[in-house]
Amino acid sequence: MAITSVKNLKEFSTANERFEGAHLLCPGCAHSMIVRELMNCSDDNLVIAANTGCLEVSTAVYPYTAWDTSWIHIGFENAATAASGAEAMYKARKRKGTLKNPDAPVKFVAFGGDGSTYDIGFQWLNGAVERGHDFTYICLDNEVYANTGGQRSSSTPIGSSSTTAPAGRVSYGEKQNKKDMMSIMAASGAKYVAQVSPNKWKNMAQVFQKSLATEGPCYINAISACCTEWKFDPKDTIHISDLATDSLVFPLYEIVDGHELNINYRPKNIIPVRDYLGSQGRFKHLFKPQFEHVLNEWQTRVDAQWDYLQRREAARV
Amino acid sequence: MAEKIELQKVEVWDGNYAASHALRQAQVDVVAAYPITPSTPIVENYGQFVADGYIDGEFVMVESEHAAMSGCVGAAASGGRVATATSSQGFALMVEVLYQASGMRLPIVLNVVNRALASPLNVRGDHSDMYLGRDSGWIQMDAFNAQEAYDMNLCAFRVGEHMDIRLPVMVHQDGFITSHTAQNVNPLSDEEAYKFVGVYNPVEEMLDFSRPVTYGAQTEEDWHYEHKARQHKALMDARPVIESVFAEFQKVSGRQYKRVETYMTEDAEVIIVALGTTVESARVAAKQLREEEGIKAGVVAPRVLRPFPFDAIRDALQNCKAIGAMDRSSPGGALGMLFNEVSAAMYTTSARPVMSNYIYGLGGRDLSINAIKDIYRELQENATAGEITTPVQQFISLRGPKLSFFETRRS
Repeated sequence: MAITSVKNLKEFSTANERFEGAHLLCPGCAHSMIVRELMNCSDDNLVIAANTGCLEVSTAVYPYTAWDTSWIHIGFENAATAASGAEAMYKARKRKGTLKNPDAPVKFVAFGGDGSTYDIGFQWLNGAVERGHDFTYICLDNEVYANTGGQRSSSTPIGSSSTTAPAGRVSYGEKQNKKDMMSIMAASGAKYVAQVSPNKWKNMAQVFQKSLATEGPCYINAISACCTEWKFDPKDTIHISDLATDSLVFPLYEIVDGHELNINYRPKNIIPVRDYLGSQGRFKHLFKPQFEHVLNEWQTRVDAQWDYLQRREAARV
Repeated sequence: MAEKIELQKVEVWDGNYAASHALRQAQVDVVAAYPITPSTPIVENYGQFVADGYIDGEFVMVESEHAAMSGCVGAAASGGRVATATSSQGFALMVEVLYQASGMRLPIVLNVVNRALASPLNVRGDHSDMYLGRDSGWIQMDAFNAQEAYDMNLCAFRVGEHMDIRLPVMVHQDGFITSHTAQNVNPLSDEEAYKFVGVYNPVEEMLDFSRPVTYGAQTEEDWHYEHKARQHKALMDARPVIESVFAEFQKVSGRQYKRVETYMTEDAEVIIVALGTTVESARVAAKQLREEEGIKAGVVAPRVLRPFPFDAIRDALQNCKAIGAMDRSSPGGALGMLFNEVSAAMYTTSARPVMSNYIYGLGGRDLSINAIKDIYRELQENATAGEITTPVQQFISLRGPKLSFFETRRS
């Protein structure tokens, strides 16, 4: 049975075994925590679509599957469209009376990594949201093409070293700021958008339940700490996630109906951004004297964003 | 329940309108589509049927052809009847998903209104897009006129959805010449057509949660080969199924179709092999030449391009002396596809007729009856000489100096 109220992590973590443990994700990968939580927080039948990426290649290697629910992968870019096709078929067959179990509630969920969400699948996601399909898209955002060995995406943050934007003698690595998918999806017509992080599991479950209950397209940006590419010890995934949310590098907030912004988590003790950056090998080079300015710019940018989010929330526009 | 349309015994439809009526009569559950010339009217007509209450399925207008086929795949995996239409650049954009659709064994019907591929940009009909799809694992059926565009659509659902096959099917028609030319079409009534196509039979559907399914799994060197081999087998197994569907269609419509259509081939010495509207032009030319010049001319046309009708092509051509394979697609540094595949079939015969390759009509360049007659006359020279008298490949009806390629060493 899925949870009805979010109280006990142990009970919650075993609530609904629809995502089996026998997958090939790295030890310490946050993807499985996020996926399990999504599947545990609902009793509804789920049709899951996945873009090509870590989750997909690790969970459906023939002749095995980790998915004890309907699941489809087509290509790198089109999980949102697969979900919209499935949702359209559900509506058609419900109308025509050809469903085997017409009364059981069905929810449609698409997963993509940040590469397939921010970059190559951006148009497909945007089109599906614009059309207003009743589905939830969850971006497992590890800020890099992790499945293929750590190439930069448009989610990769400034100063991160990746294989295609490496730090070197004269470069501090990534030069572009992380794309603001939250604003883009809110402006594209998503009924509900939110950022979640697995360390704040109660909030994550509430956001998932809210998105599944919302009629129309929803977008969830889930930060998914990647021990392999961010370069930290696999046992520290939740610790790193704590640093991300408590430094406000990854603020947890939601936007309802494209405008109503609510902050879902306010850290009691805000920690310096450099503590978050210093915890991962991908930012190690920023602590050399010549790149000190990047660290300072990071803190300024995070402060400004937090100020903006608070003012947006207070304005109730 | 959707409203029915009372059709006349004879309707005046172009190929696009004929195709859209066939989709309506098949009571397709989901059409996910993106418009592109010259297939746009299929999608527009279907949209009008939806607006007028003649469709009770879903009509999803997506943001690209890639998304159109992606939506079709998601819908087809969810256990219902699915169809769409495209052309040319849109087809090219779909190609990635075409392979995924066939690899997942989803019986989607795709109308391909044939058009040239850029560059240079061109909206007119040639067979570049049809040729691009030939290794995609889809069944490919070719309509030579509006009536056949209608008939092939109805047959396509039956073939693709057959429980031994479960493969996607393309129905091709020539851009503009078929798609935009109004002709007399004899449709079935809505009841007859749906009775022929039948109720959709879901297989491994995502909306049956009592038995969860995983679509689009990963296979590497351990299993990929076995999957692709079985997919090829399903395509090859489609040959008798197509024949039985055609036979059944003849019972309800009176119209007879074969995997390879032949015209005056019984005693023919020279035969043109062609696709699309060229088939009808070649028939006119062959008949006239027989009457005017006594040339024993015939026409052979693959109705089904995939699975390639190797056996039926060989049977149709084995007694002739010279064959002209006409390819309406830029051959890209090789001989044309029809030439290569027909030659392969004829190489397995003892007679081995003289083969030559004509490239024509790219980007909608008109092909006249006279140009076809010239081909027959060349074929007659080859037949008389018992060997090829021209370069193997010639570009015909081309501006500027004559272009020909591939010399023979036959003699």
